[in-house]
Amino acid sequence: MGLKILEILQSYLGHMIKVFPQLIRGAGVTIQITSLSVFVGIIIGLFMGLGKLSKKAIFRIPSVMYVDFIRGTPLFVQILIVYFGIPGLVSQITQSSFRLEPLVAAVVVCGMNSGAYVAEIVRAGIKSIERGQMEAARSLGMNERQAMRYIILPQAFKRIVPPLGNEFVALLKDTSILATIGVSELTRHGQLYASVTYATFPTYMGVALVYLAMTLTISRFVAWTERRLGVSDRGD
Amino acid sequence: MIVVTDLHKKFGNLHVLKGITNRVKTQEVVCVIGPSGSGKSTFLRCLNLLEVPTSGEVIIDGKSVTDPQNDINKIREEVGMVFQRFNLFPHMTALENITLAPMKVRGLNKEEAETRAMELLKKVGLTDKANVYPDSLSGGQQQRVAIARALAMKPKIMLFDEPTSALDPEMVGEVLAVMKDLAREGMTMVVVTHEMGFAREVGDRVLFMDEGLIVEEGTPEEVFNSPKHERTKNFLSKIL
Repeated sequence: MGLKILEILQSYLGHMIKVFPQLIRGAGVTIQITSLSVFVGIIIGLFMGLGKLSKKAIFRIPSVMYVDFIRGTPLFVQILIVYFGIPGLVSQITQSSFRLEPLVAAVVVCGMNSGAYVAEIVRAGIKSIERGQMEAARSLGMNERQAMRYIILPQAFKRIVPPLGNEFVALLKDTSILATIGVSELTRHGQLYASVTYATFPTYMGVALVYLAMTLTISRFVAWTERRLGVSDRGD
Repeated sequence: MIVVTDLHKKFGNLHVLKGITNRVKTQEVVCVIGPSGSGKSTFLRCLNLLEVPTSGEVIIDGKSVTDPQNDINKIREEVGMVFQRFNLFPHMTALENITLAPMKVRGLNKEEAETRAMELLKKVGLTDKANVYPDSLSGGQQQRVAIARALAMKPKIMLFDEPTSALDPEMVGEVLAVMKDLAREGMTMVVVTHEMGFAREVGDRVLFMDEGLIVEEGTPEEVFNSPKHERTKNFLSKIL
């Protein structure tokens, strides 16, 4: 009995070592998708976050609707809509076949998804800046845009970084769903290996450990950035 | 310089200002006193439209502040404001706090703005603090930087909203001294304050406000030594 367990463990370790290079390649793709998506997400999030705070209904209402829709529906369903639904619709309208590259669909979906969460982070960050800051800037003759750019956003940025880091981590984990549309990211590489070798336990444990290594690295990096940004104004 | 006509301000059902009419002449120093909740800060904040009046008119230097046709940013360039809580920009040094608006709003280049800022820091006695961030300054020093920041725009009018109320007692004097200098140089000033000594010494005119109205006004001697209204007497007996 004891010998049997040892044998199993040995074979698991062998699989983990064997699958490792593939997982690292997959992790590279995961990081690429996550980085691109966060970049897209930050741009969308900045506009949507500012839009949600706007006094003008033409900016505010679309932003609110966007954020509500994205945050109120599952990421998996959003992937199905963008990867299958939209190409289907376009094909029907144009009467010709239209396909989206899985990688392109991945960045579109993850970027748009992340944008909605970033919008909430941006909004909360801006709202957290004391009202007197805006008043002081306006009393000096700055218009709203200048006050935002020189006074509010630089201060909000420092408060936005930590939750943004958490968003990055959350998104990195969420990209594993992309395996379902065949994006060759980390989880997908694990699936492929497991389906050939049937060594499911060691493979998926290996996949989990690689995710863990990435998320821990990112959260430590975020904590470090946070400390560095805090240097110039501890008081606020 | 400032003409206020029948100014009203409501916050929801709360009627904070119930018809303020007054004039402030060029180079005049007007001190506004009164119990808390009397509307004196709201009155001051209506002068540069930090609060939008519900009705009435404010004219500053011939331009109507309350007329939406006028560019409020242009008018605010001429009206400096100093806040109770200083409101310095915490992510900028004292010098950067002072140079920002002259550069971005008035279009000065960096050198001009810094020269002007250093002159102002000298005036408020903080030349050695130019490159220090606000959180390393005492309350009194922060407020003096805030005054320098407002003056950097070369305003025609300065508004002070309880500038010493958030300070430790030993720091009140240094801020009042800067304000006295300013008054002596002929700046037009409207000062909401609890510092009766300052109002008496520096004020050309004192307005006593209560429940959203100017109850009494006159020279400091008139208001402090022989108040006419019961409410003024009451208020002064409590604080003097």
